Amino acid sequence: MLRRRPRGARAARAAGAERSALGLRRAALGYVGLFVALPVAALAARALADGPASLLAALRRPEAFTSLWLTFRLALALIAVNTVMGTLMAWVLVRHPFPGRSLVNALIDLPFAIPTIVTGLMLIVLYGPQGVVGRFLSERGVEIIYAKPGIVLALLFVTFPFVVRAVQPVLMELDRDMEEAAATLGASRWTVFRRVVLPALLPAILTGAALSFSRALGEFGSVIMVAGNIPLRTQTAPVYVYGEIESDNHAGALAVSLVLLLGSLFVLIVLHRLQTLGRRRDG
Amino acid sequence: MGIKIRNLTKRFPPARGETEGLLAVDDVSFAVPEGHLVALLGPSGSGKSTILRAIAGLEIPDAGTIELEGRDVTGVPAHRRGIGFVFQHYALFRHATVRGNIAFGLEVRRWPREAIRGRVAELLDLVQLVGHADRYPAQLSGGQRQRVALARALAPRPSVLLLDEPFGALDAKVRRNLAAQLRQLHDEVRTTTVFVTHDQEEAIEIADEIVVLNRGRVEQTGTAEEIYDGPATRFVASFIGNVNVIEGRVEAGGLRLGPRRVPAPDLAAPPGAGEVVLLVRPEDLAIVAAAEGDAGAAGTLPAEVRGVHYRGDRFEIDLDLGGLPVRAIEPKQVARAAARRAGERVRVRFLRHSVFETPDQHVRIREQMRSLGYME
Repeated sequence: MLRRRPRGARAARAAGAERSALGLRRAALGYVGLFVALPVAALAARALADGPASLLAALRRPEAFTSLWLTFRLALALIAVNTVMGTLMAWVLVRHPFPGRSLVNALIDLPFAIPTIVTGLMLIVLYGPQGVVGRFLSERGVEIIYAKPGIVLALLFVTFPFVVRAVQPVLMELDRDMEEAAATLGASRWTVFRRVVLPALLPAILTGAALSFSRALGEFGSVIMVAGNIPLRTQTAPVYVYGEIESDNHAGALAVSLVLLLGSLFVLIVLHRLQTLGRRRDG
Repeated sequence: MGIKIRNLTKRFPPARGETEGLLAVDDVSFAVPEGHLVALLGPSGSGKSTILRAIAGLEIPDAGTIELEGRDVTGVPAHRRGIGFVFQHYALFRHATVRGNIAFGLEVRRWPREAIRGRVAELLDLVQLVGHADRYPAQLSGGQRQRVALARALAPRPSVLLLDEPFGALDAKVRRNLAAQLRQLHDEVRTTTVFVTHDQEEAIEIADEIVVLNRGRVEQTGTAEEIYDGPATRFVASFIGNVNVIEGRVEAGGLRLGPRRVPAPDLAAPPGAGEVVLLVRPEDLAIVAAAEGDAGAAGTLPAEVRGVHYRGDRFEIDLDLGGLPVRAIEPKQVARAAARRAGERVRVRFLRHSVFETPDQHVRIREQMRSLGYME
């Protein structure tokens, strides 16, 4: 008896641990389900409730279609710009110290911290008809605000930090020995960057690019301030969704929302797959 | 041809709050003959890695010249020097397989695809990693990684191979093994090789020649034997191998070693008699079986055994030499036959030693010691 009791106690403890692990798992999953998955599912269900025909019809409206086309095009263009400029920015911050680096470093987070509506206002102040730069450009026939360039500027501003902040820590941790090894093997500086640094940074660059893509798809606050909201020309998809809800056309709002949702989801899934592949290699 | 280093000097920029930077390499000159394997040996901070990195072009010297194969490469960037470099922490490309790592140097030199394939296979065979070509570095052990690094460095047939503490991150057994493999590999490939180490045994085991460095300066250059048996400075004597430091004084008619005065009539009138330091390796401190007054006792000093320590292949014997603690080594059989025990009174003789004196009488005193029989 004396020898069996501790074993029984251990079994009971193990069962208790099992139960509490189960409880934790349930709590975590329940939380995600309730606050993340449920709203997504609700939107998808409502959008599909009237059948694919009405969904397609809602998307075929020129205003809906062009707003989506514009939004995706801009988001893709921003990936290109952010990938290059974000990586460059991170490179300079990490590898080429300059006076005032910590100030610049702090500035990069600013777009995250500023309310997007304020971002829109800042752009209007600078580039609007009353603004110094705006008036100068307007006199020369270049319109920024209430035109596509305004949207681009707004999106550039709000998505700028993603790639920088994703790449910077990886670059800081990067083993300089690897680059020196490549140099001793005969690689020029550009070859070292292309063949050694870039592959190491790629997962981080992709993460930053994907996040900036999703953000560009959904950006509303700053865009509604500067876009002018002209249907078929400067109306982005989120702004279109907002307009449709305002005018009680829920079908149109749901259809475009669903496409935006799927676009973001697709990018996230691709990103996740790429990261899993990368980890397998490092494991 | 090999490598010629002349008056190499490198000072690192001062850290914040310092006025002077660290003088890492101070007017260093030495040559590595073609096909030799040379060790740069020194404690940390002796400048050995900085010298190696300067040869590779990874560090730009403030002064001096570096010649590789008769070509002055002092201003040539690393990627045009045609060297191979092996880093302490391997520095393998994590995103590339073993094959990809080894092929890298050939690809950037635009070797034809077929030639690359053949050369990679050759090197995989050379470092015994044939079955591991498609693994990633993270899937290899430390020893395997370092072999990949070695293969990668050798692949483009560099004129010079440089290794920076190549086995420093490995455990003792793998380390010995790899060091022996490097020596073997060198005997096959015969690439002029310089490797940096702080491990004197490693240097003695595999180097043709050793350059001993301390505080950015060359203390001595020579074969392991020359350096071990004839250290040029006190630093070399104590850094390489174990040594008994015996401080003494030359006096009229004798030599004072520690608290004991040894009669030495031939030393009767040493002009400017002064302090001397005797450095005697434990294996050069012979315990002789002779009583005072015996013929065999000439040139010996009385001592008392303080401790006898079994060390597997030998015994280490702690002695009290007239108040000075010294250590001797005796082969196992000898010590057992003599039944060494603490408290035993014995006599010792220096089979070989180095003398360093505070005034400049090095050679003369050495001769006198020898003539007195204190030294063979």
